[in-house]
Amino acid sequence: MQGTFSAAPKASLEYKMASRPAARPAGEDIWRTKVDKVSAELFALTYGSIVTQLVKDYEDYVEVNKQLDKMGYNIGVRLIEEFLSKTNLVKCQDFKDTAEVISKVGFKIFLNIVPQIQNWSQDEKEFSLIFEENPLAEFVELPEDGVATQVLWYSNILVGVLRGALEMVGFQIEAFFVADVLRGDDTTELRVKFIKMLDEEVPASED
Amino acid sequence: MSLAAFGLGEDASRVNESCMDFLIMEMVQQMHKGPGGVEVDKEAAYFKLENLGYRVGFALAERFTKDKPRFVDSLDVVKFICRDFWMELFKKNIDNLKTNHRGTFVLTDNSFRWFQRMSDSGGGLAATSLKAFPYLAFPCGLIRGVLANTGLSSVVIAEVSNMPQCIFQIKIKT
Repeated sequence: MQGTFSAAPKASLEYKMASRPAARPAGEDIWRTKVDKVSAELFALTYGSIVTQLVKDYEDYVEVNKQLDKMGYNIGVRLIEEFLSKTNLVKCQDFKDTAEVISKVGFKIFLNIVPQIQNWSQDEKEFSLIFEENPLAEFVELPEDGVATQVLWYSNILVGVLRGALEMVGFQIEAFFVADVLRGDDTTELRVKFIKMLDEEVPASED
Repeated sequence: MSLAAFGLGEDASRVNESCMDFLIMEMVQQMHKGPGGVEVDKEAAYFKLENLGYRVGFALAERFTKDKPRFVDSLDVVKFICRDFWMELFKKNIDNLKTNHRGTFVLTDNSFRWFQRMSDSGGGLAATSLKAFPYLAFPCGLIRGVLANTGLSSVVIAEVSNMPQCIFQIKIKT
């Protein structure tokens, strides 16, 4: 993997080594003790009504996917702040590490789910998140117009959230759904692809 | 009032509250946009957001009332909103309920959860209400949706004078 990781102080490195194998309990702990919770039904229904409205407004599922992705991105760049402040995790070593943290800590503390990480690519730059449950897609049926099940990715907001959040910590990624149970697939699968590390901007020096 | 009464009290059916906060922020932004990136006017956006709330309120009412005895009159329904419905959504009751007993109800929430992280940015009352305006639509719709599902047609408006207090006014149409 290219890119550099800023030298972390030794203490935090040790903390990281000690804490990382326990990513799952960490996520659960934070979920239990540090998170204000709200009815998942309210959340799911609100999201559902937004998607419905977008379909009505844009009359084009491709465009709806795009809008959801944009909304997600805006959320992701804000949400990472809360993630970092609640978890106190230091920068991830590599993309494998990142994947673990996303599924076991990220999804756990925001949506109370832990998607499975599967299908690593050979070069370890791509993986899939497999969702057994999806709080966004409760009580949803896609319209039977023959098009929605081909084109619409109902939960596409998640794509944007991941992209936005990871961008803020220096990972440029590409994400996209490849399967969704709402479309009749066996699983819901979100593919995440590492592109590059974003260089941190160094303020222009005085001299 | 116990949350578990609705079978919703457990963590299993809950998500992080910030997800909802972020979603509302984006929803309000999004509904001010039309196809092609054109700004829709404020009234149109308000109307859309109110409708979103209506749909959500309508659906939630169905789920929250399924094990409840039948409501006697409109006051009964409004009380349900003030207590059970508010408790389920915001973990508190409406702080004050006033009615003229002729179909008008005024609900005051002294610390409306969705406004807790907003501030009076200065500029006085008018400026605050103007800025808060788009954020009032969704909760107004929620209330109207609940009422509609119990057979009551209504108009719901809200005002904010000092954050995070929010006052909802319900007029039941007869």
